Amino acid sequence: MKHTVEIVVLAIGAFLALAGAGFAQDRLFGAHMWVLFFILLAGTLMLMRRVDFRPAAAGHPNRQTEYFDEVVKYGVIATVFWGVVGFLVGVIVALQLAFPDLNVQPWFNFGRMRPLHTSAVIFAFGGNALIATSFYVVQRTSRARLFGGDLGWFVFWGYQLFIVLAATGYLLGITQAREYAEPEWYVDLWLTIVWVAYLLTFLGTILKRKEPHIYVANWFYVAFIVTIAMLHIVNNLAVPVSFLGSKSYSAFAGVQDALTQWWYGHNAVGFFLTAGFLAMMYYFIPKQVNRPVYSYRLSIIHFWALIFMYIWAGPHHLHYTALPDWAQTLGMVFSVMLWMPSWGGMINGLMTLSGAWDKIRTDPVVRMMVMAVAFYGMATFEGPIMSIKTVNSLSHYTDWTIGHVHSGALGWNGLITFGAIYYLVPKLWNRERLYSLQLVNWHFWLATLGIVVYAAAMWVAGIQQGLMWREYDDQGFLVYSFAESVAAMFPYYVMRAAGGGLFLTGALIMAFNVTMTILGRVRKEAAAFDAEPLSAAE
Amino acid sequence: MADKHKHVDDISGVETTGHEWDGIRELNNPIPRWWVYTFYATIVWAIGHAIAYPSWPLLTESTKGLLGYSSRAVVTAELANAKAAQAGNAERIASSPIEDIMADPELKQFAISAGASAFKVNCAPCHGSGAAGGKGFPNLNDNDWLWGGNPKEIYQTIAHGIRYDGDEETRVSEMPAFADMLTPDEMRATAAYVLSLTATPSNPALVELGKQLFADNCASCHGADAKGSREVGAPNLADAIWLKGEGEQAITDQMRSPKHGVMPGWVNRVGDPVVKDLAIFVHSLGGGE
Repeated sequence: MKHTVEIVVLAIGAFLALAGAGFAQDRLFGAHMWVLFFILLAGTLMLMRRVDFRPAAAGHPNRQTEYFDEVVKYGVIATVFWGVVGFLVGVIVALQLAFPDLNVQPWFNFGRMRPLHTSAVIFAFGGNALIATSFYVVQRTSRARLFGGDLGWFVFWGYQLFIVLAATGYLLGITQAREYAEPEWYVDLWLTIVWVAYLLTFLGTILKRKEPHIYVANWFYVAFIVTIAMLHIVNNLAVPVSFLGSKSYSAFAGVQDALTQWWYGHNAVGFFLTAGFLAMMYYFIPKQVNRPVYSYRLSIIHFWALIFMYIWAGPHHLHYTALPDWAQTLGMVFSVMLWMPSWGGMINGLMTLSGAWDKIRTDPVVRMMVMAVAFYGMATFEGPIMSIKTVNSLSHYTDWTIGHVHSGALGWNGLITFGAIYYLVPKLWNRERLYSLQLVNWHFWLATLGIVVYAAAMWVAGIQQGLMWREYDDQGFLVYSFAESVAAMFPYYVMRAAGGGLFLTGALIMAFNVTMTILGRVRKEAAAFDAEPLSAAE
Repeated sequence: MADKHKHVDDISGVETTGHEWDGIRELNNPIPRWWVYTFYATIVWAIGHAIAYPSWPLLTESTKGLLGYSSRAVVTAELANAKAAQAGNAERIASSPIEDIMADPELKQFAISAGASAFKVNCAPCHGSGAAGGKGFPNLNDNDWLWGGNPKEIYQTIAHGIRYDGDEETRVSEMPAFADMLTPDEMRATAAYVLSLTATPSNPALVELGKQLFADNCASCHGADAKGSREVGAPNLADAIWLKGEGEQAITDQMRSPKHGVMPGWVNRVGDPVVKDLAIFVHSLGGGE
């Protein structure tokens, strides 16, 4: 392995980063370029250490026929790692809200830590889960090696670079202040390049498939990749102040800016956190329970209905604002129509267990996946309800929204990813089974309990906030000041942090379990579930 | 693999589509009826809602909807209702002198509610949400007034502030720094005397000297009886209520290099009627004169 091209490109990149640091127009850009320089330098050195001058051995006879799973292994490890980081930062920001003294200025204050949390869980944890599983699933359901040779490696490492640049940028104070799209223009451009490579890798694999049809999971993956590309590019259209500076100005202003932001923001939920994770569900649930997908027709109808409806729902984030009434109405009615298309996925996921319901009792991994689908169903029912203007007038800007997002994110995205990880690790590392199924069970209960505590606390908090904000006395004056409603949130914020702590504990147990499995250890444990422990094969 | 060759799932007895990917097959189950009908129902509701409310963008504006709904019209109506419910009280407060408001129980009650609401937004950051104040920020619940505790005096204080640069009518006074005029021992003696008015000083022997020093240096503002003067906002030192901190050390510190609190004037920020509301609210807290 000589890695000549990679080493040269990385070295040039490191040099350019150094030049960028030297000629930076502002201090923050300079600092960020130094970060980039050290990352690229470390990458160059690590690759150089791996150079092997022996004549190329005939060591890879199957390189063109075997599945490309090495990058999936890296992706699974990255998913676990970023998950733990993201959940930890989440617990920290939850504690910062309850105990403001925990804000450490300027790098670790809430304003910088909050996007670090959201980006870490959505893009680092969720994104790595999606990329890794999509690479695994598309190869197997297409019976073809991943397209593009080492392009898969570029996608993986390029995406990690994006994550690190975004995260360090937030802590340094670099942001374009667009929710869930905080990175500045140069990081956005880099992600665009990586994403196009991802699209090529994925579509290329589908094009060279050896199956006559494209499996439903792959429709969802393609919808996710294509739509995220579109959303990312349009939402981030901006003019940099300088090509060597960290500041840019959006192409949009005023209410158009708000609408673009929420068209992006809601469809990040729709296509990143829903479509992409439904793709995971459509592969890993049938595999883990070893049953056919419940209804092919339902999968077609709910796929197209979901894709068509979701993209219009964004304006429900802007009820009772300067957004014209017609756009608010459309955002609301499309959100309500989304209810059944969303539930189509839930039905197909749950009913796939028909004929194998006992596995909920005997297999904690199945239990995790089923609970994920249950939370998916709850969150996609709650969402349309909250989009109705009368409900929204109470719920909007309160912690109810935060509770809603987390029942979806922790419950649906978190648990289905954990299930996929527990499925993948023994397969990828050729282990007979996981290190411990009892630890999976512990993870399941800790995570579920954590989510319930979290969501319940936020429901009560949100409704109380909404009621306090709109309470008038008999003379027509507001009874509570905003600060009083903040003070009233203290107990709920503490409970929320406790719920998040339980969820984080579960994730740490998973990290341990995965590590031990990769190391080849098998914990001797009694069959806790009155059926045979799950073997690695089926 | 071919579609023609039908495959039946053993457990459910349902035909599959005949496709298989990595061992995954798909049952050819029909879509659940309840799902279809609920989906249709939401679509019908959505169409109906879109006809009833503004929804479809046209060239210059959107369809109006059969119900003629407009969020701006709703806000306008809500504001008008809120105003009507006030029965002209806000206007009457704006046009009446503060004594007349105090004399009208209904209007006074209205002003107290309005003042309470405005207080939480504007005053609570310094005086606390319960108006109990804190070190350097006067407690507004008691009857210890620096500049006067009747509604007109409170109005004057709130409207123009204290030592506030942005208002020419602001209340001004400054206690001189005695570091250059008295020795540290003399200041300690004076502090002992001041404290002796309400408590027992650490060294009662100093009180005699302190009393003399107080008469020479402090009485001109704080009064011979140390009960203060509202003319110059000099605090009453004989009531055990301490603005800048309790104890001889705090008194000595304040003598040596006095701290002067600043309160902004509010009349240019919130307007005369709200200042009246605030004055009447603060007056109602318990110490009003």
